[in-house]
Amino acid sequence: MSETVSKIKLATVWLDGCSGCHMSFLDMDERLLELSAQFDLVYSPLVDFKVYPEAVDVALVEGAISSVEDERKIQAIRKHTKFLIAMGDCAVTGNVPSMRNPFGPEAVLERAYRQNVTAQAQIPCVLVPALLEKVRPVHEFVKVDMYLPGCPPSADTFYTVLSDLFAERTPDVASLTRFGA
Amino acid sequence: MSAPVDVKTLVIDGVNVSGRAGQTVLEVARENNISIPTLCHLDGLSEVGACRMCLVEVKNSPKLFPSCVLKVEEGMEVTTASDRLKHYRQTILELFFAERNHICSVCVANGHCELQSAARSQGLTHVRLPYRNPLLDVDASHERFVLDHNRCILCTRCVRVCAEIEGAHVWDIMSRGIDSMLIADLHQPWGESSCTRCGKCVQVCPTGALSDKSKLGSDHPKYPEFLPYLNMMREGQ
Repeated sequence: MSETVSKIKLATVWLDGCSGCHMSFLDMDERLLELSAQFDLVYSPLVDFKVYPEAVDVALVEGAISSVEDERKIQAIRKHTKFLIAMGDCAVTGNVPSMRNPFGPEAVLERAYRQNVTAQAQIPCVLVPALLEKVRPVHEFVKVDMYLPGCPPSADTFYTVLSDLFAERTPDVASLTRFGA
Repeated sequence: MSAPVDVKTLVIDGVNVSGRAGQTVLEVARENNISIPTLCHLDGLSEVGACRMCLVEVKNSPKLFPSCVLKVEEGMEVTTASDRLKHYRQTILELFFAERNHICSVCVANGHCELQSAARSQGLTHVRLPYRNPLLDVDASHERFVLDHNRCILCTRCVRVCAEIEGAHVWDIMSRGIDSMLIADLHQPWGESSCTRCGKCVQVCPTGALSDKSKLGSDHPKYPEFLPYLNMMREGQ
């Protein structure tokens, strides 16, 4: 293969999740080096690009959609991404962030910023995005091309799925991981 | 002199099999190593046909039948796996997940849950239906056990084991449809009910709805296999 063959443009995104999926992604360890021969990381919390590129081949999206900012981001990501993967249970099901849904955002903010605070109790309203009424999975907002459940999906799952995708094979996700894995 | 055994011959997934009259398609299929997924069925308890996971196709009928309550008949031709059945089974599982708050990652039954493993075996990687996210109670009033309505799929295994095996009939289902709710006695806190504290309901619960208080995280395997054994020993007496 010549050096000029264009690499897959890979992005990873961190919305309302704990970053555990990104940690698990990094847990591929030395296998990341092997895979990186085939991709360029064009946007990610792991690197320093500030703007989502115009044309991304594969995006791994961690986290649920919880705020107006998440919603704006996911729309932009979808627009500029060929193949969007919902990475981990938060992106796939809402998972732990969605545990606030039965109570609503007001009750949660009240609990976090007023009831449990002794000094300057106030709900943040400047520079932070407003919370959506309900935390929802990514596919309720945009089309998702592949679902990778797991909390987090294991490094082996990432390796198998990305190797398969880069080789233009379709991975059998249900045999690799599950909700809560 | 014993009565002659009434044998029925039928075809399941193209295999010629036979069963006794009165046996269910599910029983005969499993005797012949043909697997049919189930959730509300449990060896040792009566059948209710509630969960619909075990639906099968029967030749010359447009209807689907729950195999756990479908009695074998002579000449019956049964199909246990098809695209149509897969579609229905996946949709049933999606309805379970969307109905209440099944947060697998923080559930006491994570890794030991029959709903979770059914989702995996049916190839379910996401839920297409919007989640309802109802506000539900957790009853921790019992000294030894916890009832978490968020994880309950209303399979009624606990109701049946308590009534049929323990003979206490503490559990029952209140209301109907989407409002259905598991209750102890006449809707009392579990800890103040007539519970005998035997723990059978916890062992037969397929999800994290009933759990042992001494268990933390996902360290909660359950052992429902005791039931057929217990029944066998009682019959032997």
